[in-house]
Amino acid sequence: MSTPIQLRQLVKAYGDIEVIHGIDLTIDPGEFTVFVGPSGCGKSTLLRMIAGLEPITGGDLLIDGERMNDIPAARRGIAMVFQSYALYPHMNVYQNLAFGLETAKTPKPEIKERVQRAAEILQIVPLLQRKPKQLSGGQRQRVAIGRAIVREPRIFLFDEPLSNLDAELRVQMRVEIAKLHNDLGNTMIYVTHDQVEAMTMADKIVVLRSGVIEQAGAPLELYNNPKNLFVAGFIGSPKMNFLTASADGTGLKVAGNTIDVKRAVTGVATMGVRPEHITLAEGSGIKLADIRVDLVENLGGQTVVYATTTDGQPINIVLEGQRPVDLGSTVATHIDPARIHLFDAEGNVIQAG
Amino acid sequence: MTTRSLESAAPTRERVATPTVWSRIWQNDAPGYLFLLPWLIGFLGLTIGPMVTSLYLSFTDFDLLTSPDWVGASNYMRMFTNDPKFWASMRVTMFFVIFSVPLKLAFALMVAMLLNRGIRGLPLYRALFYLPSLLGASVAIAILWRQIFAGDGLVNKLLAVFDIAGPSWISNPKTSLWTLIILSIWQFGSPMIIFLAGLRQIPQDMYEAASLDGASRWRQFVKITLPLLTPVVFFNAIIQTIEAFKSFTPAFIISGGTGNPINSTLFYTLYLYQEAFAFFRMGYASALAWVLLALVGIFTAISFLSSKYWVHYDE
Repeated sequence: MSTPIQLRQLVKAYGDIEVIHGIDLTIDPGEFTVFVGPSGCGKSTLLRMIAGLEPITGGDLLIDGERMNDIPAARRGIAMVFQSYALYPHMNVYQNLAFGLETAKTPKPEIKERVQRAAEILQIVPLLQRKPKQLSGGQRQRVAIGRAIVREPRIFLFDEPLSNLDAELRVQMRVEIAKLHNDLGNTMIYVTHDQVEAMTMADKIVVLRSGVIEQAGAPLELYNNPKNLFVAGFIGSPKMNFLTASADGTGLKVAGNTIDVKRAVTGVATMGVRPEHITLAEGSGIKLADIRVDLVENLGGQTVVYATTTDGQPINIVLEGQRPVDLGSTVATHIDPARIHLFDAEGNVIQAG
Repeated sequence: MTTRSLESAAPTRERVATPTVWSRIWQNDAPGYLFLLPWLIGFLGLTIGPMVTSLYLSFTDFDLLTSPDWVGASNYMRMFTNDPKFWASMRVTMFFVIFSVPLKLAFALMVAMLLNRGIRGLPLYRALFYLPSLLGASVAIAILWRQIFAGDGLVNKLLAVFDIAGPSWISNPKTSLWTLIILSIWQFGSPMIIFLAGLRQIPQDMYEAASLDGASRWRQFVKITLPLLTPVVFFNAIIQTIEAFKSFTPAFIISGGTGNPINSTLFYTLYLYQEAFAFFRMGYASALAWVLLALVGIFTAISFLSSKYWVHYDE
């Protein structure tokens, strides 16, 4: 039941304006792929091209090895969950779930059985006779997913399905969608602008910006080895700190210090360090910079320090546990040199040599 | 100390307050009522007044020259038991309502759906298609219509090109009412505008979800567009039904005020007009007017009662 998807030089243009610029991507059978990026990056457009809701301008879309460019949406074996849920307000939940099957002229008893099964999976059996307006946001979301499940598609597409839910429900539904993927094993593509959703759910994250793939890979691969400043800044929360840096052969000049990153570097413009990799304790790693503490957030499990380096660059630190940090004090920071990311003037990563 | 001063102050303030409240209301609201006054005079003098008067007159015999004679319900009795022309006009009007309203709505919906497909220059088309609704009920258009469907009219000249000798559509009792129905359908603009607004309210992703499910355009129309449009259909149906019952000018002009041929265009309102201003039977005409009002009221009430079975209101 697992289906591979291949995009080859996929292009989308509206008139003269090209919005998707030749995307190459392979999605393995059963993989949970997340398209992530800021608004306007083309992630939804790309999803809709795969779904068949947007015509493909150039390149090839292959589903299970078959070219799908000109195959209508309904015959691609795809089900999609919309951001707005797109439930039919005049039909009750049962009718909403059954609509696709009725359209496909599935026999009535089979419709009943499949709707029942989907409703059980999503725990919405008691809601079957209700109209969408009588449901909460989370329940509507389940119905929308249910409508996808009953069709037993080869591929599930999700277009920002959780963005209309409140924070708590979002976490809960996130877990449920991930579980659903484990249970069903279908290939799924999920679009979000929320990198936390991407990190927690994905087998593979595809980071998009302005219609091109910035980087694609496993979540930790993107976290540990971002290819450029954009990915480095987009993946991880709180955001990676970027400090202006320069290399003069002997060491790395950053925030008024010269630090030894234990590797030969040239052409460095920016140094990136994740807030959670910086420590205040001496003896762990090398000294990074002296900082002045501007604000401290005690989250209980973590302590977040907002600070400024001596040359005035903002820097954030996340410390595990509860740490007494004095506001306005100047403290020294340390880092494991292996955790330092270096970028050139174009923003591309300088690989550790 | 504080408590006592409050207690003693309270009644005093109330006593003083009573007149100031009234003067304040006068000061605050008088301008409002003043602005309302022209409408209020019009409403009472030109709507409510004549209505009450006509209700009274409907129970009288009144020829405008002598004072009305109270005749009780005999106008109504005569209407239902001894007036074939009343029934003839009722038949014509019902026929007109039953055919013109659904056809007009269907046509309006069809044009609205064509316009809703995102064509270029939509505002221009919208205005052009709305134009007949502005002109349609006018005397000029009715005269034009008479010319188009007359024996030597435009329609027959066109038919002559194909060697077809058309009849005089307006003087043939079999076709005369249909020319009026066509005129009514031609004025599809205002329901079309409302349909167009209704269509715009239907979220695009419902159609996308349906097309992913493989629903054909027809199935999308039947299962999504129509049900979601029912509040608008309902509104349009009621407004157009009332309009159709009240329709007067075209029939008056085309038949020269007679309702001929053979009463085939004798609209209820036309008959009412004849009774009132040709025969000066004001009492009887008033009774006719009240029966029409009751009829429209019953139609509207039935529509509202039935609406809960077929009109889908979202949220």
